[in-house]
Amino acid sequence: MPALILAVAEVADGSLTRLSTEAATLARSLAEASGGSALGLVVDAAPAGPAAELAAYLPRVLAVTSGAVAGQVPAPHVAAEVARLLGEGVTHVVIGATTDGRDIAGTLVGLTGLGLLANADEAAWEGDGPVTRSVVLGGRAVTRSRLTAGSGLITLRPGGVPAVEAAAAGTVEPREAAAPAVPAATVLDRVAEAGSEVSLEDARVVVVGGRGVGSPEGFAVVDELASLLGGVVGATRASVDAGWVPYARQIGQTGRVVKPALYLGLGVSGAMQHRVGMQGSEVIIAVNRDQDAPIAEVADLFVIGDLFEVGPALAAEVRARRGG
Amino acid sequence: MQILVLTKPVPDPAAGAERLGPDNRLDRAASPTVVNGNDEYALEAALQLVEAHGGEVVILTMAPANGTETMRKALALGAVRGIHVTDEALAGADLPTTIRVLAAAAAQEPFDLLLGGLDTSDGAGGAVTAGVAACLGLPLLSAAAAIEPDPAAGRVRVRRLSARGYDLIEAPMPAVISCTQALGAPRYPSLKGIMAARSRQIASRSLADLGEGLAPADGAWATKVVASEPPVTRAAGRTITAAPADAAREIADFLADRRLI
Repeated sequence: MPALILAVAEVADGSLTRLSTEAATLARSLAEASGGSALGLVVDAAPAGPAAELAAYLPRVLAVTSGAVAGQVPAPHVAAEVARLLGEGVTHVVIGATTDGRDIAGTLVGLTGLGLLANADEAAWEGDGPVTRSVVLGGRAVTRSRLTAGSGLITLRPGGVPAVEAAAAGTVEPREAAAPAVPAATVLDRVAEAGSEVSLEDARVVVVGGRGVGSPEGFAVVDELASLLGGVVGATRASVDAGWVPYARQIGQTGRVVKPALYLGLGVSGAMQHRVGMQGSEVIIAVNRDQDAPIAEVADLFVIGDLFEVGPALAAEVRARRGG
Repeated sequence: MQILVLTKPVPDPAAGAERLGPDNRLDRAASPTVVNGNDEYALEAALQLVEAHGGEVVILTMAPANGTETMRKALALGAVRGIHVTDEALAGADLPTTIRVLAAAAAQEPFDLLLGGLDTSDGAGGAVTAGVAACLGLPLLSAAAAIEPDPAAGRVRVRRLSARGYDLIEAPMPAVISCTQALGAPRYPSLKGIMAARSRQIASRSLADLGEGLAPADGAWATKVVASEPPVTRAAGRTITAAPADAAREIADFLADRRLI
């Protein structure tokens, strides 16, 4: 039986997330390598726009109009659509490893008993199925895993598979929504926190404040450098746990995975937990008073110094080079 | 309120000694074992909820025979008893089996809320709580930063972390909640708690106690690790010890060379 590989898309603010395009690219490349075919799934109150975006990556996209996901958490609804498609011949499902994506994957495992290759950062078709690469044990080991049956699920980490559009755009087919697979929690309110409109994952420059920043006020130097370098502020678990920065800014195994052109860490020690989320950055610069800080192991430039001295000096230098 | 908390023993991330054995499975002898970090937040949240609303916290662990060591630590924090699912046929169990077994064990206990960590520090798949909820046919409230039950109304509200901030979500109880660090740091065990934990009951459950067909025969798991390798390391770069203004110039030169400024 040829493989039929489904990419599950996620919609944010009416658009496809970047990770969805990466999942779509992976589904397509696995399908091509296996001699099978790929398709995409968008479940949303208004799926037409994101489905059209997804069709740039896949030959066929199902656009399920589900009014319920506007007012309920999506996983039970999306899992119901995927379960239906598994009954219609889908063999493999690629889902972004986001909070919603993991909920969808877990729900499907509970419902179907299918195996899950979790947190893949790459995958290739080998023999009769996909083999995925995952970082485990908080970054201390890398595994390659496969399914033992002819079908299963993959959750894909952001940034592992570069999104590449297909040679030709695919078709979009509307579908009626299935009943949710399991009871869905109701969404009463959605609250955005300040600064959250810029995505960490999409930022070209990320400036991160760690424990060494010392206080919420200390983040002024992080904010200043971020805005000067056209970047976004990120945080470590320590600075989030201290309450200086919202959780949405956390980079690491628990939190976001970033691969910016420039990562600038101020007062970041570089615990393995954090490094898992940033060591794919193109250029890493770190400023830390502690010469033994483990971030030195991954930094291209490691500055031993006080971030409250080096940070403002760097801001002044950048301004001076730009002519004031 | 009756609250069941999933607690998984994991290699201590702080020890930094985690490794896989030659069989590509976790080398349990290589590292000291602790309760998974996110499960500790779940346990702390559960203890605070029963302090506010009354009731009991019971922990549920699927682990090898020596898993009782970390369970005692959780009992020392205030859980009243533990359920320890342990069976040689579960060594190396895959996700579908883990989910089915935990759900079967949970189904034997009355509870209003079932709490677990958002993910674990060893595998980090983050799919167990959702799977258990689906097996039990219960609503899932995931990525909790705050939990507010209304026992009289039989409902629970959760502040769910989102990419933007948080969503306020609600579901009827019983419900399953996955817990994050944003719930707040776990307490330390008191000497009294440690003493009390010694006499608290840990009930052992084998696969046969939980029902038939929960695990495949002969460890025929749905997934297998075919290879493992050390993590990719980056080549160490240049270290700068110059005075701040000079260091800033060096950084700016470095950035300018790469067209980052």
